[in-house]
Amino acid sequence: MKRFVLFAAVVALVAMFAGTGIAAETIKLGVGGAHSGDLASYGLPTVKAAELVVKDINAKGGILGKQVELVVEDDVCKPEVATNTATKLVDQGVRIVLGHICSGATKAALSIYNKAQVIAMSPSATNPDLTQSGENPYFFRTIASDDAQARLEVDFALDTLKLKKIAVLHDKGDYGKGLAEFAKKFLEEDPRAEVVLYEGITPGAVDYSAVVQKIKRSGAEAVIFGGYHPEASKIVTQMRKKRMDTVFISDDGVKDDTFIKVAGKYAEGVYATGPKDVSKNPLAIAANKAHQDTYGAEPGAFFLNAYAAAQALLNAVEKAGGTDDINAIVNALRTELVDTPLGKIHFDERGDAIGVGFSMYQVQNGAYVEVQ
Amino acid sequence: MDLQYFAELFLGGLTRGSIYALIALGYTMVYGIIELINFAHGEIYMIGAFTGLIVATVLTFAGFPTLAVLVIASVAAVVYSSCYGFTMEKIAYKPLRGAPRLSALISAIGMSLFLQNYVLLAQTSDFLPFPSLVPDLAFWEPYAHIISSQEIVIITVTAVVMVLLNLLIKFTRMGKAMRATSQDREMAMLTGVDVNRVISMTFVIGSATAALGAVLIASHIGQINFYIGFIAGIKAFVAAVLGGIGSVPGAVVGALVLGWTESFFTGYISSDYEDVFAFIFLVVILIFKPSGILGRSETQKV
Repeated sequence: MKRFVLFAAVVALVAMFAGTGIAAETIKLGVGGAHSGDLASYGLPTVKAAELVVKDINAKGGILGKQVELVVEDDVCKPEVATNTATKLVDQGVRIVLGHICSGATKAALSIYNKAQVIAMSPSATNPDLTQSGENPYFFRTIASDDAQARLEVDFALDTLKLKKIAVLHDKGDYGKGLAEFAKKFLEEDPRAEVVLYEGITPGAVDYSAVVQKIKRSGAEAVIFGGYHPEASKIVTQMRKKRMDTVFISDDGVKDDTFIKVAGKYAEGVYATGPKDVSKNPLAIAANKAHQDTYGAEPGAFFLNAYAAAQALLNAVEKAGGTDDINAIVNALRTELVDTPLGKIHFDERGDAIGVGFSMYQVQNGAYVEVQ
Repeated sequence: MDLQYFAELFLGGLTRGSIYALIALGYTMVYGIIELINFAHGEIYMIGAFTGLIVATVLTFAGFPTLAVLVIASVAAVVYSSCYGFTMEKIAYKPLRGAPRLSALISAIGMSLFLQNYVLLAQTSDFLPFPSLVPDLAFWEPYAHIISSQEIVIITVTAVVMVLLNLLIKFTRMGKAMRATSQDREMAMLTGVDVNRVISMTFVIGSATAALGAVLIASHIGQINFYIGFIAGIKAFVAAVLGGIGSVPGAVVGALVLGWTESFFTGYISSDYEDVFAFIFLVVILIFKPSGILGRSETQKV
């Protein structure tokens, strides 16, 4: 009896595989990422975004007459699992993957995709190396990399404000120091700029007068600060109390209304980078509404980035005439503009989305206003 | 330029040291009397800042002039914090007076956590803006880039408080009773000193200086939250140990030395290792003078 059950199970399994084999006239969109475990809340919105996009496309007759089929695999955000996840997706004949979610897992999965010539597009992996190392020719992403804010801060100081002497400060934390290191690197690469001071400050200290004096002595025209608003508001307040009008440029850890509330009148004129405002984009409103209608809840993290990625991938497949020629898809991703909830996007030769990212904001009359 | 830079760092360190000193006084007085490290002292400081903020907001809203707001808010903070200090001693330390010293220490840590979380729940976890209660004086404007009027007020108040405390301890009846209690509690009791009253008074005075400091410092820095007492308290505690815990002038000297060390180190070397350097300095001083700069050398029980 036991043997018979086993036999039946094997037959059923084989039949199932055969079933998928026969229905090969679909385009498979792989979805890899953290779908269970601690970081599932970062990965599941991507699955929902993919479901919504695919439902939409299939309802309109699919791509090139073929229906799109989702193949979802979980990597639990762990690099050692992600290689298996990637192998599973490749074995099932997937040529385009939406994912992965975590930077570490994405890097691990890419080692499989690169060999198999599979395109992966992450909605959330922000590690700069993923695109900048040049090792991942088939990797794309619809989120700005960690250094994009630093790039914007430096470009803004040098090109828009025409400043030369810059002091770079950070709060010694992962986020702040990471940004400050990128800013310092970009400034040093630019012959116009001079880094006159590079320092870490102690978060939570009772005052920063010594550091502020040091900024003054360095002759800096602007301070680029990597960190969060409590320290930023103390430094700005102390600089202004010392009657210094040094320009203060910071990141989205400072682009927070608490900063304006706490620093009060001293916050005026401070610059901070923050994610581009997409809340008025009609496609973003429609995507959020579709999520609300289908799942009865507000969308989670990276939902719009994933929505845009799924659209970009499927659009490129359509333009390339199918999934057979991988280079045609890559080419389409780089050249074809797609209308997504994040705006009209395409990709640069490294795989970063052009048109996605950060804007510069300035405090004007007690509120952050987008510059330009 | 360099002399000016030195002067600026010196004044910055002086302000920072004065801030530490106002808090360190409470640590050192309590330790001097009952040999307890009152870890909840930083929280008394924080409660003083919150009281000051609430009172100042109400008064400003009612249209009082800035100077009146400053005075009334300071008095309110001093009274309220003193009540907390008094009650805290009665609840958390008095029942443990005969118990091993570690029990009282644990009680102090518990009190600190309790008060932090109480303010977190009763008020908010956000940073709150604190109004600048010390006005920028017009005639001082040419020098304001070197030292602001707020900083002058902090330095002056610290000096005055230290002198008054010294006078109190040296020349008043209460001061005499305090010294007696600190030297030998049982003997003081036998000669008729009301030790309970002396200890309560010590907590009240320590809390009052911390609250006064809290209003001035918060108005200088411009922001408070429930956690400020912990960070400032740790540094003030280091200052008290550096100067010789138990000694009132020692707390001020220790605080100034710590303030200057941090300021000059940041100014001339790097702020990356500001704390590291401050603590290395503490270790070096304690190696050569184990009882602190002005501490009496006696065998300690901790």
